[in-house]
Amino acid sequence: MTLWFVFALMTVMAIFAVLWPLSRGALAQPGGSEVVVYRDQLSEIDRDVEAGLIGGDEAAAARVEISRRLLAADDGEQGVAPQPSLGLRRASAVVALLALPIAAMTFYLSLGSPRLGDFPLASRVSTADVSQPLDKMVAQVEAHLEKNPTDGRGWSVLAPVLMRLGRHDAAVRAYRNSISYGGDSAARRSDLGEALVESAGGVVTAEARGEFERAVSLNPEEPKATYFLGLAAEQDGRPTDAAAAWRAMLAKTPADAPWRPLVEAALARVGGPAAPALSNEAVAAAKDMSEAERGAMISGMVDRLATRLKEDGGDVEGWLRLLRAYMVMGERDKAVRALTAARQAVAADVERLRQLNDGAKNLGLDG
Amino acid sequence: MIAEAGHYALVLALALALIQSTVPVLGALRGDRALMNVARSTALAQLLFVAASFAALTMLYIVSDFSVVNVFENSHSMKPLLYKITGVWGNHEGSMLLWVLILALFGGLVAAFGNNLPLSLRAHVLAVQGWIAAAFYLFILVTSNPFLRIAAPPIEGRDLNPVLQDIGLAVHPPMLYLGYVGFSISFSFAVAALIEGRIDAAWARWVRPWTLVAWVFLTLGIAMGSYWAYYELGWGGWWFWDPVENASLMPWLAGTALLHSAVVMEKRNALKVWTILLSILTFSLSLLGTFLVRSGVLTSVHAFATDPARGVFILLILCIFIGGSLSLYAWRASTLKQGGLFAPISREGALVLNNLFLTTACATVFIGTLYPLALEVVTGDKISVGAPFFNLTFGPLFVPLMLAMPFGPLLAWKRGDLLGAAQRLAAAGIAALVAVAVLWAWTFGGSTFAPLAIGLAVFVISGAFSDLAERTGLFRVPLATALRRGRGLPRAAWGGAFAHAGVGIALIGIVCETTWNSEFIGSMKPNDVAGIAGYQLKLENVKQRQGPNFREMTAEFSVTRNGGQLGLMTPSKRDFTARGSSTTEAALLTRGASQLYISLGETSAEGAVAVRIYHKPMVLLIWWGPVLMAFGGLLSLSDRRLRVGAPKPAKPARALQPAE
Repeated sequence: MTLWFVFALMTVMAIFAVLWPLSRGALAQPGGSEVVVYRDQLSEIDRDVEAGLIGGDEAAAARVEISRRLLAADDGEQGVAPQPSLGLRRASAVVALLALPIAAMTFYLSLGSPRLGDFPLASRVSTADVSQPLDKMVAQVEAHLEKNPTDGRGWSVLAPVLMRLGRHDAAVRAYRNSISYGGDSAARRSDLGEALVESAGGVVTAEARGEFERAVSLNPEEPKATYFLGLAAEQDGRPTDAAAAWRAMLAKTPADAPWRPLVEAALARVGGPAAPALSNEAVAAAKDMSEAERGAMISGMVDRLATRLKEDGGDVEGWLRLLRAYMVMGERDKAVRALTAARQAVAADVERLRQLNDGAKNLGLDG
Repeated sequence: MIAEAGHYALVLALALALIQSTVPVLGALRGDRALMNVARSTALAQLLFVAASFAALTMLYIVSDFSVVNVFENSHSMKPLLYKITGVWGNHEGSMLLWVLILALFGGLVAAFGNNLPLSLRAHVLAVQGWIAAAFYLFILVTSNPFLRIAAPPIEGRDLNPVLQDIGLAVHPPMLYLGYVGFSISFSFAVAALIEGRIDAAWARWVRPWTLVAWVFLTLGIAMGSYWAYYELGWGGWWFWDPVENASLMPWLAGTALLHSAVVMEKRNALKVWTILLSILTFSLSLLGTFLVRSGVLTSVHAFATDPARGVFILLILCIFIGGSLSLYAWRASTLKQGGLFAPISREGALVLNNLFLTTACATVFIGTLYPLALEVVTGDKISVGAPFFNLTFGPLFVPLMLAMPFGPLLAWKRGDLLGAAQRLAAAGIAALVAVAVLWAWTFGGSTFAPLAIGLAVFVISGAFSDLAERTGLFRVPLATALRRGRGLPRAAWGGAFAHAGVGIALIGIVCETTWNSEFIGSMKPNDVAGIAGYQLKLENVKQRQGPNFREMTAEFSVTRNGGQLGLMTPSKRDFTARGSSTTEAALLTRGASQLYISLGETSAEGAVAVRIYHKPMVLLIWWGPVLMAFGGLLSLSDRRLRVGAPKPAKPARALQPAE
């Protein structure tokens, strides 16, 4: 409604601009004339003579010339008398009163969108919470953070949303920023670790494990980090370590914790006799060992696994465990060699070869 | 509501322009004052509505209302406020709106301050303005409407072309448009004079201030554009003979000629027909420039969009106005009374010579710019006419022009004394010869041409001041007398001297920059040192930084000369995410009138940055010259004689007017 009122007001102003001079016909100013200019020029010559800028003879000649123009102009003006033409004035008034608003409105309506309101960005952002798709909101938050990259709170709000949208790489960056600008905490470290795991396709990489370990060192009770460290152990081929970690975790977990079923399921998965498990004695022994001795024990286990696989090459799970072990120990060369051996061993079976290649790709062992 | 109100205001402006272009003409025909005065109030109302429309569009940009197509396509919510505002005219639709705003502004100024004009002349002038305005309102509303809407507005805009995100956009287009469009007033005066069939010395005086205003702004606009290209495009060049640049140079050359011929007409009532023609040609060239830039015939930084419909529409406007006014000229010119006679050696003769050279130069640029286009249309061959053509044709025309320039002001009207003028210029000539000799000795074995050109420039500058010295009697009479005379001298004389000196100063800059320019092009790693023209530039470090809507790579150079630290220079390269394009931000270090110039190129895999470093001696004189010329123009404008008539107190003679 306001819009139409504004339109009406503007139209009235436009009409008034035409009608006003028409109504003042009798009072109209006569306007300037050439005579003034020539008088000015004559007085300029006097000034120039005074200042010594022009000689006497030239000044006299110029005065004659200008005076001639002055007379001519004066004659010309005497001849013209104003002639009011009422018919034309009325016609103009009618044009202003009728044709102007009708033409303007018709033209405007064929081009404009009078029913469309304003959409300034500020008001759209504040009212948009519920109705807008998630993507748009994320875009807004990202735009905001692009401008204020040190807003730690913004990053920690954005990161879980990015995780949920499956943009794991972006989530990793968001969590890193939330740590560097919003402060370090066990929860953030383990969230970052989780994002790293997700972006590595479910594999707990060394980088991710580093984050989980830092989280645990900040807060030994941190459940997510503990769970993922267990998963890391499982993926490294140490299901008993995994099971031990998870069991300890469950002991401290309240019965109604939301992650309890997940951990129980994981425990059930490794609880079975799936892998070459260490005996309880071995685990107990390992607890008392020094770092070097434990390393020796692990490499001994890995060697045994490698020997077994040389004889029975069809065990894809076993091969992958071996590859993972080599990668974790930082022996990439051995891993590559083992992968070649494994490919030869399972070459006959397409399904197993595919399984092997997928696993190798997840470990970062391409080609 | 803002968008729709702005849209409607533009439609109303069109309606008013149509009334303004018809009713006053009928009034003048019948001799009815009331009808003639309609021109005045409609021109003012039109200005009000266009200003409202422009303000509405600016508002939409500021609040980032992306439901407006134009805002969505050319803005971004994260742009700094200044670029949101300048972005209004950083695109085709918005810049056309600025064009008509300035047109309406000039119309409004004539309406408000043109009290010294005869009523019928003012009515005709404003009516012609109304025709031009109506044509362009129609063009905007039909083919380039900035107020079109999107029902489902996107959340973010597409951003402004990064090259345009610079303070230059705030200054260059408004200045240039004030110049281009300002010449519409002299065009309207010329057409009005042709319609009335009456033209005399008074006409020249009335039109002169408007021409001068337009000329001042065009001069500044061109200079500003040149400086902007110099620091933003990263090549260190300041004039490329690009068709768009030529499009602005042509009206400038014609306008300069017009400015000079109008003097003859005012003083001597001569050259009348020629002055009218120049008025028409100057604005026609402005329109041609608008057509070349806006139609998409040329692709350049300035061609925001290419749309054949627009091109055809502007071409139509062009044909109607240029064709129409020239036909009117052909029809009416013969009925105009010829002016007085004069001897070839006289002030008038010198001004005719000036006009001859300026219009020939303008024709040269015209041919060089349009010939390739015409050839492409006719035969389909693409050729490019570049700097060599213009340097070969333009230079030889300007040398005699500048040689003659100091003589003009020293010659008397009607019959001059060339020998006397030469004697009075002897000091200037000697100064020029000394300059040539000194430079020759100093740069022995170097360019032979440069010292001569600088000598010419020195001649022009000292010639301009020997004119002033001559008039004030400096060195002949006591200093106090000379100063008193100097104050008494018309400001137009001072203005003319400054403007002429400005030409000489610009020439010095051009010659120094092109002759003694040195450059270093190479790739540098941190701690590398480049030496150029006695300066050592050490690349200290390269940093990445996040800007509001871009990321930038900044390099820091420390500049030393003879062991003394001179300062830091930080050129950068910006990547704009929204448009996926990048710009180079050159770093400038000014030493006197000379500049060091660094621009960054690509980064190589080894971390080395491609760097272009220039040392440009006296380069700033290229722009100081035009600024001085514009200053001269302003001085001349403030001359008492040219002041546009202020409203006079109502005459007591009111009662004597005829009753109706």
